[in-house]
Amino acid sequence: MAGIYVHIPFCKIRCAYCDFYSNTDLSYKDELVKCLCKELTQEKNYLEKEKIETIYFGGGTPSLLDEDDFKLIFDTMESHFDISSVQEITLEANPDDLSVSYIAMLRRLPFNRISIGIQSLIDKELRLINRRHSAQQALDAVAACRAAGFENISVDLIYGYPSQTIPEFIFSVGKMSAMDVTHISAYNLTYEEGTVLHQKLQRKEICAIDEETSIEMYKTLVNKLETNGFFQYEISNFAREGYESKHNSSYWRGKKYLGVGPSAHSYNGTTRKWNVASLKEYIQKINEDATAYELETLSDNDLYNEFIITGLRTKKGVSLQTLQEKFGGKMLDYCVENAAKYIINKCLYIENDYLKFTTEGVILSNGIMSDLLFVE
Amino acid sequence: MKNIRNFCIIAHIDHGKSTLADRLLEYTNTVSGKAMQAQVLDDMDLERERGITIKSHAIQMNYTYKGEQYVLNLIDTPGHVDFSYEVSRSIAACEGALLIVDATQGIQAQTISNLYMALEHDLEIIPVMNKMDMDSAMPEEVEDQIVELLGCKREEIIRASGKTGMGIDEILSAIIEQVKAPVGDPEAPLQCLIFDSVFNSFRGIIAYFKIINGTINKGDLVKFAATGKEYNADEIGILKLEMSPTKSLGAGNVGYIISGIKTSKEVKVGDTITHVARPCTKAIAGFEEVKPMVFAGVYPIETEDFEDLRASMEKLQLNDASLTFEPESSMALGFGFRCGFLGMLHMEIIQERLDREFDMSVITTVPNVQYKVYTRKNELIEVHNPSGLPDITMIDRIEEPYIRASIITKTSFIGQIMTLCLGKRGELIKQDYISGDRIELIYEMPLGEIVFDFYDKLKSISKGYASFDYHMIDFRPSKLVKLDILLNSEPVDALSSLIHFDNSVNLGRRMCEKLRELIPRQQFDIAIQAAIGAKIIARETIKAVRKDVTAKCYGGDISRKRKLLEKQKKGKKRMKQIGNVEVPQKAFLAVLKLD
Repeated sequence: MAGIYVHIPFCKIRCAYCDFYSNTDLSYKDELVKCLCKELTQEKNYLEKEKIETIYFGGGTPSLLDEDDFKLIFDTMESHFDISSVQEITLEANPDDLSVSYIAMLRRLPFNRISIGIQSLIDKELRLINRRHSAQQALDAVAACRAAGFENISVDLIYGYPSQTIPEFIFSVGKMSAMDVTHISAYNLTYEEGTVLHQKLQRKEICAIDEETSIEMYKTLVNKLETNGFFQYEISNFAREGYESKHNSSYWRGKKYLGVGPSAHSYNGTTRKWNVASLKEYIQKINEDATAYELETLSDNDLYNEFIITGLRTKKGVSLQTLQEKFGGKMLDYCVENAAKYIINKCLYIENDYLKFTTEGVILSNGIMSDLLFVE
Repeated sequence: MKNIRNFCIIAHIDHGKSTLADRLLEYTNTVSGKAMQAQVLDDMDLERERGITIKSHAIQMNYTYKGEQYVLNLIDTPGHVDFSYEVSRSIAACEGALLIVDATQGIQAQTISNLYMALEHDLEIIPVMNKMDMDSAMPEEVEDQIVELLGCKREEIIRASGKTGMGIDEILSAIIEQVKAPVGDPEAPLQCLIFDSVFNSFRGIIAYFKIINGTINKGDLVKFAATGKEYNADEIGILKLEMSPTKSLGAGNVGYIISGIKTSKEVKVGDTITHVARPCTKAIAGFEEVKPMVFAGVYPIETEDFEDLRASMEKLQLNDASLTFEPESSMALGFGFRCGFLGMLHMEIIQERLDREFDMSVITTVPNVQYKVYTRKNELIEVHNPSGLPDITMIDRIEEPYIRASIITKTSFIGQIMTLCLGKRGELIKQDYISGDRIELIYEMPLGEIVFDFYDKLKSISKGYASFDYHMIDFRPSKLVKLDILLNSEPVDALSSLIHFDNSVNLGRRMCEKLRELIPRQQFDIAIQAAIGAKIIARETIKAVRKDVTAKCYGGDISRKRKLLEKQKKGKKRMKQIGNVEVPQKAFLAVLKLD
């Protein structure tokens, strides 16, 4: 089973924290949709005829496309891929795009999951990160989707805003977990180079919260959400039982996926490729039938390292049995030997043959993962 | 013999010695302009890059002057204080010297000390002012300095430029007119002065010599006085650009001998070659065993490379007899070698040659000098490693080597330089004005103090305008202590140093601060402590990493994330594990670069 990811790089405005590839010039929309369809056709064999299980429209802002755009893309997919057993089709949407009529349109399409970029339910915070919606709009959008019949709704939440205090944070999480949704992705705010927030931080116009506060927020978050029935299944992802994102989970389980659109990545078990991160260049290359991506072939060593990195992000952890089957007894020994000191200091543990992080371990996960990797 | 002229060049680094020498080779048709690789005499890459001559070289030129054919032997000299003994032997092989002074910079400390050495050996000095083509040349002022120094006449100073060829003919005439022909008796028992040796992987050690007395023939059975070893003169010859074999060489000549010698240790600079059958009664005066002045541990980064390191060091020693080494082990760094160097530059050169010629990355520990430790039972122990210091209760007194240092600088930098020297326990002996705004300061100071970042500091406070030279004078009693560094209470032997008590607290504090910068945060707090015996004199803490987690890792992030973490892992693999602390290599050099 495999997934398809469609990247829609447009944004009406740029968010202050975002370093994803996006473009605020909407005039290329039709051209892009045409190219997406062409790329889907060109790459129809990349997934080696595996049945498609999940489809995900991400961005950017996919909720800037209209019904005809989506129809064209779905039709193309249907002609070149086996989408007869698709289980999950997600659209990332901005709250202010989710008008009653737009939601009604989405209902006519095959979407069955909406992921809404709420980010915060406090207007002050929304303004800081340059979002174009208000807290009320966000709440209304969720209610409208629900009313229109969408049962599987996810929301994105950002926490750890500049100068945010623990009480403020608890208030936010409380509001968030009280929403009638099935899934929450909660990200600690990071200051990526090149973003507006990063510049503000450099100029000392804003003040980042300290590590200790951030750790406390994380622990509070996990607790609060679990109390409200959202169970953590990945470092930043929480879901009601049975509502884990199937598409995102496939990234962490090493399943194949094809990504189309500027800067989209693909993986088919032996290679990874990524498209050029420029809308104009992408359109030009696709139109000229030129290669629009870079490709790397993964060695067994690379695959082992990815297996560790992706597996450990999940609550379920890394299956030691699968590790042995895929990479052999020596790599299993290597992994466990290097994990030993973290098992002793209670950052990792093994349960039912799965190696996984404790909450303490998650907080230090990068350093620990790198220790488990194998490099020449 | 009356048509032979043996001469050397005395010059400060960067004063254009090699370029001028190249020009002499060109004007005498020894090398054609085309074949000339810039600076023919410096054949090690490292020498060319640093613009200095590490080892001395020699080359013969033929020159017709007023209808007569002359043989000019240029014996190049190393340009750094670490190699002053080699300089003295090169000078001893000559009858004259070109004193080259940069017209844009004036006389430097090194030039003066080598000049005195040349005067002691009664060399005829030909003053040359180089780089006259430069806009920044200040001939009047520099002439004043030369006149002051040599007591020569202003018009005797040759104005030259290695770059344009200005003054080269005059230099050649002066060499022939002013430098005396060598004296010596070709019929007397053989006495050859060895002034250098090189290693050739096909021919073994090639010794360069000057014949003081007697005549040497191919096939002669010869003896080296200092080692007492006997060899067959398989090949003798003169040094053109290539070696040029001859049957026989008489007194006054400069040449080479190949006699199947395998290691450079057997060929000692300053030694005398004589005949076995008819030996000279006395060896040539001035021979000294070269003794290392600075010691440091050299360890392979990967412990399994120890044997490779040994092989590399042995090869280096083949053409650098002044390098000494013996195996030692460190708890922190595993197996390595305690190496002896002539000085700090020599140490750097060895490190770089290990890296470039043998692809060996090494960790060098804190360098120190050799101390004389007298025990209560009045035994003398020579200590050149902090770990070799006997228990404090056994020690009666410790003596450390002192040097006499000469620093020449512009007067405007005097204050800062005096402060620096004072901090290095220097005692000002005298100060002499060389000319208007230039002064020579003479200090007596412990050699151990210049081992720690003295040069760099001197250079930076004088904006590069101070020059420095020294020679050993004696050993003096000193209050020395062993300063230990502990990481999470584990002593790190590779970071221990021997230091004067008065400087110990300051150094300990600065080492702790520097290590705090250089050791990355880890998943636990790291205490860095400096201790003398059981007493902690400084402490710093590296706080644990509390949070190191990536918020998002979806389809487009995996590849980048993997590469990032792999890079981290590689970095960690290169670190040394001390107790539970991972220490990067550069931390071991921290003390060399304290601000």
